[in-house]
Amino acid sequence: MCLGVPGEIIAIEDAGSLTAVVEISGVRRSVNLACVLAEGVPPESLLGQWVLVHVGFAMSLIDAEEARKTLELLAELQNLAAAGDPEVRD
Amino acid sequence: MKYVDEFRDPEHARRLLAEIASRMASPALQARLPIRIMEVCGGHTHSIFRYGLEALLPEGLELIHGPGCPVCVLPRERVDDCLAIAAQPDVILTTFGDAMRVPGSRQSLQQAKAEGADVRMVYSPLDALQIARDNPDKRIVFFGLGFETTMPATAITLQQAAREGLGNFFLLCHHITIVPTLRALLDDDDVHVDAFIGPGHVSMVIGREPYAFIAEAYHKPFVISGFEPLDILQSILMLLNQLHEGKAAVENQYRRVVSAAGNAQAQQAVAEVFEPRERSAWRGLGEIEHSGVRLTSTYAAFDAERAFALPSQVVADPPDCRCGEVLKGQMRPQACPLFGSRCTPSHPMGALMVSSEGACAACFQYQRMDA
Repeated sequence: MCLGVPGEIIAIEDAGSLTAVVEISGVRRSVNLACVLAEGVPPESLLGQWVLVHVGFAMSLIDAEEARKTLELLAELQNLAAAGDPEVRD
Repeated sequence: MKYVDEFRDPEHARRLLAEIASRMASPALQARLPIRIMEVCGGHTHSIFRYGLEALLPEGLELIHGPGCPVCVLPRERVDDCLAIAAQPDVILTTFGDAMRVPGSRQSLQQAKAEGADVRMVYSPLDALQIARDNPDKRIVFFGLGFETTMPATAITLQQAAREGLGNFFLLCHHITIVPTLRALLDDDDVHVDAFIGPGHVSMVIGREPYAFIAEAYHKPFVISGFEPLDILQSILMLLNQLHEGKAAVENQYRRVVSAAGNAQAQQAVAEVFEPRERSAWRGLGEIEHSGVRLTSTYAAFDAERAFALPSQVVADPPDCRCGEVLKGQMRPQACPLFGSRCTPSHPMGALMVSSEGACAACFQYQRMDA
């Protein structure tokens, strides 16, 4: 029920009603931007931004830097393991 | 898919599982087995069963599948209310697909539709609003349900309806809030949970602060988690690290989506449109104070509870149902006498068999071989 899927804002459909076209796994659909646009920020500024979409609304701007850091942490675990494993070291 | 595939990498998963096993082997944790971790959200329950994560975890580490599946905890009398509305000749009743299959006391909305009621599945509440614009001679009722994740979408749709002055659009509101229910579980002496995997998408709306009491007053670690297998495994490791160190804090594994303060615009829309109800009924758990919302008086004209006569008669669950015990972690789904025989996803008797996010339905779908 709280399912959310990442998608990329590829066009602004109607700046008045704050709707954008978001591509989700190759499928394009209309998504409302009211929850991710601070007042006074033009919708066009979000072109190319990835968002988390839930029941037709963009609910969060996905933070690419935070995603990278989480993956880096996981990769570090991997490297630590490799360094500590004699078979790999040999 | 970007932001999904990289969080399913099996090599990283193996490494995380090795770390979890090594952390579990520490004397501090071995002294307090079993370690019981509740995943609050039905989305996590679904991922855990879909990827078979439970079977990969070391012995002594148990996952308890919590109450975060709004469709599962929807009381049957609420479905009866929807059916009474849908039986009116000039009504189109709209709701999410998940809600269509929930059994009421006599039938589900899907069955009512098959018998001729105008019940339509929508992907978004905005779709229901469009149906209202397109059918000015009908009354369009959106049955809105879900946690804080979904509430802002309903709130913004109502704000839009008010702006347009639509007189034929109504909301039957069954939005519920997860925090009072977590508190009720923590206060329940029968519930034994050491730590929580926190709901990622509820948190993207409400932020971290509402959970602070869980760490401060109840001393339970709480990690807000994403929904991919690596997210869940990393969250489990973070919880075990806290338990190992004797710490209890609210941490955020799902930083790419969840900010500390949550979503300000969404919170503002919710605060304008909804107010807390005194109490709300949860199937399998009973009534919990301040665990749901209704429309504020400003939006009274859109309130289906005022516009329609509703039966709202409490319907008890079948006496054999053990959903409450499963929800509290006192019983595994397969141990229920109805599981897989009289209660299946196509003919659910109990709440947890209704949605694919319910513990029993997820278990039935992915683990039938082990059952």
